[in-house]
Order: sequence, then C-alpha cells, then structure tokens
Amino acid sequence: MEKTMFKSWGLILFMLTLKGGLETSSSLAERLESKRNYNYTKYHPMEEIYKWMEDVERGNPELVSSSVYGLTFEERNITLLKLGLENPEGREKKAIWMDCGIHAREWIAPAFCQWFVKEILQSYKTNEKLTEMLQNLDMYVTPVVNVDGYMFTWTNESNRLWRKSRSLPPSDCGCRGVDLNRNFNANWGTVGVSYNCCDNTYCGTSPVSEPEAKAVTDFVGSRLNQILCFLTIHSSGQLILLPYGHPEISAPNYDELVAVGKEAAAEMKKVHGMDYTVGTSPQVLYKNSGSSRDWARLVGIPFSYTFELRDKGEFGHLLPEDQIQPACEEAYAGALSIITFVHDKAFNNVTTVPNAAVTTVTGITTVTGVAITIWSTIMAFSLTTGVLM
Amino acid sequence: MATGELNPSHYPAQRAANVVKHYLNTRYGSPYRWVGLHKVHSANAEEVAESGRKYHLEISVQEMTGNTTEKCSAEVLFPALENQRSPQVQASCEALLTANTTAQEEALYQQYRRNHTLLSGHNLPDSYGHIDPDMKPLWHLGGVASSFVMLKESTENTLYNMAQVANVTQLETENDQLRFNYHVLLHDMVSQEIIHWKLLVTWSPAEGVKVLQMEELPKCEHCEVPPKPN
Repeated sequence: MEKTMFKSWGLILFMLTLKGGLETSSSLAERLESKRNYNYTKYHPMEEIYKWMEDVERGNPELVSSSVYGLTFEERNITLLKLGLENPEGREKKAIWMDCGIHAREWIAPAFCQWFVKEILQSYKTNEKLTEMLQNLDMYVTPVVNVDGYMFTWTNESNRLWRKSRSLPPSDCGCRGVDLNRNFNANWGTVGVSYNCCDNTYCGTSPVSEPEAKAVTDFVGSRLNQILCFLTIHSSGQLILLPYGHPEISAPNYDELVAVGKEAAAEMKKVHGMDYTVGTSPQVLYKNSGSSRDWARLVGIPFSYTFELRDKGEFGHLLPEDQIQPACEEAYAGALSIITFVHDKAFNNVTTVPNAAVTTVTGITTVTGVAITIWSTIMAFSLTTGVLM
Repeated sequence: MATGELNPSHYPAQRAANVVKHYLNTRYGSPYRWVGLHKVHSANAEEVAESGRKYHLEISVQEMTGNTTEKCSAEVLFPALENQRSPQVQASCEALLTANTTAQEEALYQQYRRNHTLLSGHNLPDSYGHIDPDMKPLWHLGGVASSFVMLKESTENTLYNMAQVANVTQLETENDQLRFNYHVLLHDMVSQEIIHWKLLVTWSPAEGVKVLQMEELPKCEHCEVPPKPN
C-alpha cells in the first residue's frame, strides 16, 4: 500500500516537474521565436513595441539594457534601449542619442528606431568597426517618445493624423495636446509656434511644461559631457535639418554641421537614389523654436540633427509598409555616417571634416573644441531663460 | 522675402514650385495622371509693383502613375494681399502628356458608367499607407481634384499636399460626366494642420477633371472656419 502511494506521489511529482520544465522551455522558445519573427517591415502598436524592447533586452544582455526615464502625461513609461559593450580598457565611454516618435503620426520614425536596433544587433558581432564603436560609446535609442500620442493614432482611423501629445489644456482653452517639438527650452515661444492650444504647433504653457519634453531634457541634460551627437527622427520631407530654427541664429560649427550632414545625405542617396536636402530649418522648411534639436545644440552637444524621412508628399505621413525597409535602410546609412564621424573625431583623433575647405587639420579640433567650451559656458548662463544671447 | 536668384532647394522656391504642380494637375490631371514635383532646377523672384511677387522657375515634374520626368518652365504670381487671394500660374512643359493614358481612361470611364451600384471608398490610403489597386484611380482623382483647392488656397506661407481621401462616393452620371462627392484631408506643412474639404467633382476623358463645388469644413464640431486674412 505505502509503496503504491509513494509511487503515485512520485509519479505526480515527476509529471509536475516535467510539465513545469516543458512550460519554461516552451515560453523561452516563444520569446526567441517572437524576437526572430518580429516583423520590422510592419507598423506596430505600442503594446508590441514595449514587448519587443523587453525581448531585445532579455535576448541580448551583453549589449542591451533598458531604462524608463520618464512618464507621459497619461503616466505611461517613456523607455529607451541602451546599446553598448564593455570598454576593454575600462575607459570612460561617450554616447549618442537617438529619439523617434516625438510626433505621433510619423509612424516611419518609431519603425526606424526599431530597425536601427535590429541592424546593430544583427551585425555588430561580425562588424569590427561597429564593435569598436560600441566599446567606446553607448547608443541611447528611444523608439517612441510621445507614447500617448502614438497610441491615440492607433485608436481609430480618424485619429491617425494626430501630431501632438495628449495633455489636458489650460483652463482658458479647449483642446488637448502640445507640440512636443516646440516645447523644449530653446528660444521657446518665439517663432514658428502657435499660442492657441487647438493648433498643431502649440508650444505649451511654458518651456518644458510637458513631461515628455522634461524626460528627454533631464536624461540628456545630466549626460552632456558624454553625448557626442543628438539625432531626432521625424517624417516627412526627406531633409536633414541642422540647428537653429530661428532664422537669425547660427550654430558656431555651422560649416562642420553642413559638411557632416551632406556626407550623410550622400550615403543615404547611395542606398536607393533618394535625395535628402541638408540645411537649417529656416532655409529648407520653415522657421521654428523650441525643438529638441535646437535645445541639444544650445546646451552644447556639438552635432544635432533632425532627420525628416520619406516621402515628399505623395503619401506623407501615411507611408506604405512596403516602403519601411528602403526608408529604414537609407536612414540607417545616414545615421551611421554621422555616428561614425563623431566617434572617430572623439576617439581616433581624425579631425578632417569631409569635403570642407580647411587649412590646418589639427587646428580645427582645437578651435572647435575651444569654441564649443566657450559657447557652452555662455549658454549655461542663459539656460534658465532659454534664450540665445 | 528674398528676391533675385533663389536657392532652388530652399523653401521659397520649393513652395512656389509646389503651386505649379497643383496648377498642372488642374490642367492635365486624371485618374491616370497625377503630377508630382521632382526637382527645382532654378528659381528667381521679383517684386511686381502693385501686383505682388512673381517667381520664375525651371522645374522637373513627374507623373506619379509612371516613372517619367518632364521639364517645365513656369511663372507664379502671388498676389499682394489687397488683391484677390489665389496665385496665378503660367507653365509650359516640354512633353508632359507623353504617357498615353487615353486607353486606360476610356476603359475606366466606361466601367464606372456601367456600374449598377455606385462606387464608394474611404481612407485612401489607410493608416498603413495601403490602397487597394482597384481604388487607386479614385485616389489619384481625389489628388487632382484637391489640387483645385490647394492652388486656390496657396500663398508664399503654405505648402499643401493631400494627406488622404477620407471618403469618396459616386453620384449619378450627368451630362456624360462621372460625378463624385469627395471628403479630402489636406496637409499644410507650414502650419502642420490637417484641413478638411468637401468637393463635388466631375470627370470624363473628354472634359477632364472639374470641381463644381468646394467647401472647407471646420476643424471640430462646434468650430467655425476661421475668416481668411484680407
């Protein structure tokens, strides 16, 4: 009798263990499957993007870690992925910043951030240059900054073209949302904005009034000495925009910004023949203020660009899914071109500006470096008001 | 605003060229011919006393339905504010109309005339940028019809494109013209606004595209359409 009972318990225990073991390995298989099967040539709703970030981090712990660095107005996580490898000499690392989805309807932008991460993941092990760069710098990638707005564009086909955040308006005005790319502390509220909360370029009640803009400001702002370049991804128009959005203000390293931008555009054109126009916003698009790109340059990050991806008006923000791959391939080439430049400038003492007319090679770094230091110091004093002196 | 020789990739020349594109669509557009801007080669602008500002442009346009580009010379006069609001355009293109669309247009025209149930469609393209191949001609037609509005509404401070056909409904054919009610969403790059318009559109291969009625819809249910600056 006892032997039989013992055998039964043993059997039950064995089966429970087996079942538990099977469950563990099948859910692991599921996660690996889902990462392998994630379709980078389709647009994904936010729940899938959150899950994708978890999967990527869990599946690549040596390269990827995630960080929630703020909450949206509706209290959702604003999450970034940090891509980087340990520096073999234990040297201090620099960083680059990339954000996507500040504007809710620009779906190709979050698609590109995901594509970018995928490309790095899939190629770094066999790409010496990429491995070297990842050992020297971390890449902070935020697939969706404006989570509330992005989710809103998925609720209903009639909400697909929403642009702003989803914050509640001030008491004297009746519409939700702030244009996050007019809310940063960079000549805030001066040009290219509306003060009407119902308008699509509404700049908010004050600089950085919006939690999404504040999250980026706080994270990037606490790492200024580390960050070599700031890339903010949008659509559409096929443009590479340099600071500043104000027509009468020039960045001190304007020539270098143009040269590096044009090199990126040349690399992008090689991929599928598409033209990307390089220039300041007031030159090639319109004047504006309070953009994240302007704020980054203003606080001293030397290379700051807005990428406006495909297309030039045929589909606009409603870019067909069959263009996700080519759009992302060319954007990757452009982003990598800029990242490689800033990496080499910081780590390999290579200071030749591509295609720029220069007299002394070594002189440039020193002059630019000093200029940036002076400029940053000046800017530090005017940061509270956010107005360029 | 700048006068004299303009940088062709900067916004003043690009906005003026966009107006030429709309003009060409109103003149030559059809469900199989939708004109897009390919490139601005050169541009210059001059003040014309008591009239406004006139742009001279050398551009290339492409038919979005095909792969060909054509060169055009054009002039755009943006009126001084005191005058009437719409820009005036003159353009001559080397060979715009080379792609022979007559057969396709005729076939589509006959097919739509014979329909027992009137056609309708919505969200062209949809949220994923997708358009059913059967609906593409109605999407192009919506784009061409929208150009009538965008031509009329354009200034040096706007850059219009059609964002989406929200809705299209075929009406009974009258006087051999196919007729459609369109609800279109226009995007202005400068203000970043989406503006809704309702259009009554007619088309036949013989008469081309015409817009009989156009009405701007307010942004929200209880809003009014803001008065235009005078």
